[in-house]
Amino acid sequence: MKPEWSQWAKEAKEQFPQANSSLLPLLHRIQQAEGWLSDETIQDVASLLGLTTQYVESVASFYSLFYRDKVGKTVIHVCVGLSCALAGSDHVMEKLEHKLGIHEGQTTPDGQYTLLEAECLAACNLAPVVQRNLRFHGPVDPAELDADAFLAGDGNEVNR
Amino acid sequence: MSQKYYLLRNREIPDIDHISVYLANGGYDALRKAVNEFQPEELVDLVKKSGLRGRGGAGFPTGMKWGFLPNDGRKRYLVVNSDEAEPGTYKDREIIEHNPHQLVEGIIISSYATKAREAYIYCRGEFLFGSEQLKRAVREAYEHGFLGENILGSGFSLDLWVYRGAGAYICGEESALLESLEGKRGNPRLKPPFPAIAGLYGGPTVVNNVETITNVPAIVTYGAEWYTSMGTAKSPGLKIFSVSGRVKRPDNYEIPLATPLRTLIEEYAGGMLPGRQIKAVIPGGSSVPLLNPDKLDTPLDYESVLQAGSMLGSGGCIVLDDHVCIVGATARLVKFYREESCGKCTPCREGTYWMTDVLERMEHGLGTPDDIETLLDVADNIGGKCFCPLGDASLGVLVSAMKYFRDEFEAHVFEHACPMGEKLYDTVNY
Ligand SMILES: Cc1cc2nc3c(=O)[nH]c(=O)nc-3n(C[C@H](O)[C@H](O)[C@H](O)COP(=O)(O)O)c2cc1C
Ligand code: SF4
Ligand code: FES
Repeated sequence: MKPEWSQWAKEAKEQFPQANSSLLPLLHRIQQAEGWLSDETIQDVASLLGLTTQYVESVASFYSLFYRDKVGKTVIHVCVGLSCALAGSDHVMEKLEHKLGIHEGQTTPDGQYTLLEAECLAACNLAPVVQRNLRFHGPVDPAELDADAFLAGDGNEVNR
Repeated sequence: MSQKYYLLRNREIPDIDHISVYLANGGYDALRKAVNEFQPEELVDLVKKSGLRGRGGAGFPTGMKWGFLPNDGRKRYLVVNSDEAEPGTYKDREIIEHNPHQLVEGIIISSYATKAREAYIYCRGEFLFGSEQLKRAVREAYEHGFLGENILGSGFSLDLWVYRGAGAYICGEESALLESLEGKRGNPRLKPPFPAIAGLYGGPTVVNNVETITNVPAIVTYGAEWYTSMGTAKSPGLKIFSVSGRVKRPDNYEIPLATPLRTLIEEYAGGMLPGRQIKAVIPGGSSVPLLNPDKLDTPLDYESVLQAGSMLGSGGCIVLDDHVCIVGATARLVKFYREESCGKCTPCREGTYWMTDVLERMEHGLGTPDDIETLLDVADNIGGKCFCPLGDASLGVLVSAMKYFRDEFEAHVFEHACPMGEKLYDTVNY
């Protein structure tokens, strides 16, 4: 357990009128710092909030954005929803898989990148859309995509 | 197309996401008017008169929903559903990212009307920028005295929290959302009781969609007659349609209800990509049946779309053209429900797996003649037999696709291949 976590737990509990609501915010905050939620982290969160480990595990495992396996520094979500598929998302995925030498769902051996499928990211106007650590990029033209530049963080983040 | 915006005001006014700009353009005047000129009950009446209906998908009359709160002295909650994840729908994201103060103002007015003392925005976990924008807007609103104790000297007090989900479509379903807001797994609750009776922490709760609440300041400013002057008697007012798929200009379009589907696709969205013919439209998000091109003149209001054989839903309009394999497209959508089924009940959890399996097998040319009947049989065992509406939602496109395009399903089986080359996207050549 990191020393600051008990302070974070206290803040999370105080933030909402009912302490129950503090679990997801605390998991978010710790994952933001640690990258993922290990078994040990789950136990720590349980003891910090006075919950059972099983309960915290059952909640954490329900949500796709809580990573129960170690992920890379950069997590890439390629939307494979229908509107993105109609705009070529499968080719974007292929290109990134090829570049990184991994399949969807995997992490590069150097721990830099994790490549994941996402369901509709509610950004179909930007199809095909990709999130890099939850920041939107799109439309990512599958033919023009410069995978190296994209992976290095080419700054083409869109907030629209 | 130049037009005046009432919801997507960010289209006309740059930086309206900052409170100074919002205030300079009449922001929070509706709140001032609401607390100075209206009793809470009068506001509920105003919203009833406006005919505003829920924009989250079901189209339930908003004023009527507010009126269901029991008068038993328990603490009331307003919860705003910003979990937008219905494939094809991206209107709420534009509001929270670019016009968040109008939502916050709507929440304060709606809380005043429903006498809620606590309000929550449940924001989809994937909306990182959106949640940052919401948090900033809420902070700014506190700083200006629009939130907190004794708002604008009215005696009314309200606290508002932004709560981030963590990736689960089912948390858009209101009872699952409330579970998630209570720090639990997002499994839906048995209904009744409805949230108005037993919602957040068991208290009386109104759950409304982002777009629904964003309408409220405009209705207070311009009046119920203004709202009912658009659309039809049963479906009045404005709606944001998110258009995606094979059109020239995929985007959000804020238009009066009852605008014909053809106008939305051909005029607003710029028509089909060059050389393409329209094949089918999913008019209201991935959960609703397909419409054939012969239904293009359907007015986009709740009743007309229903009569045409589909539903207006969330207003996420996905347009398919003649190069799109209907089996592939259906497989993609059914897979979404497989991924997002919460697993609580068997027909949905197992049925969506089974249907996805069969559809993907067919698309890869490995289907058998029985598969068509299998699909219909599994669909029949899901329809009306699930714990929450997600199970049924997985059937809308599938069942209509098998009705209108049965020959395509059969061709996949009898030709042992996808006649269109298993392609959803076919212009790439690299
Ligand atoms: C599976 C499922 C997903 C839903 N997703 C959303 C959503 O993302 N956003 C939303 O506002 N409503 C969603 N709804 C509808 C909500 O349950 C609820 O009806 C709505 O938030 C009520 O607000 P309204 O009356 O303003 O539309 C969903 C419903 C179901 C069954
Ligand atoms: S229908 Fe699906 S999403 Fe709804 S409760 Fe059952 S398993 Fe969960
Ligand atoms: S399908 Fe990819 S954002 Fe909607």
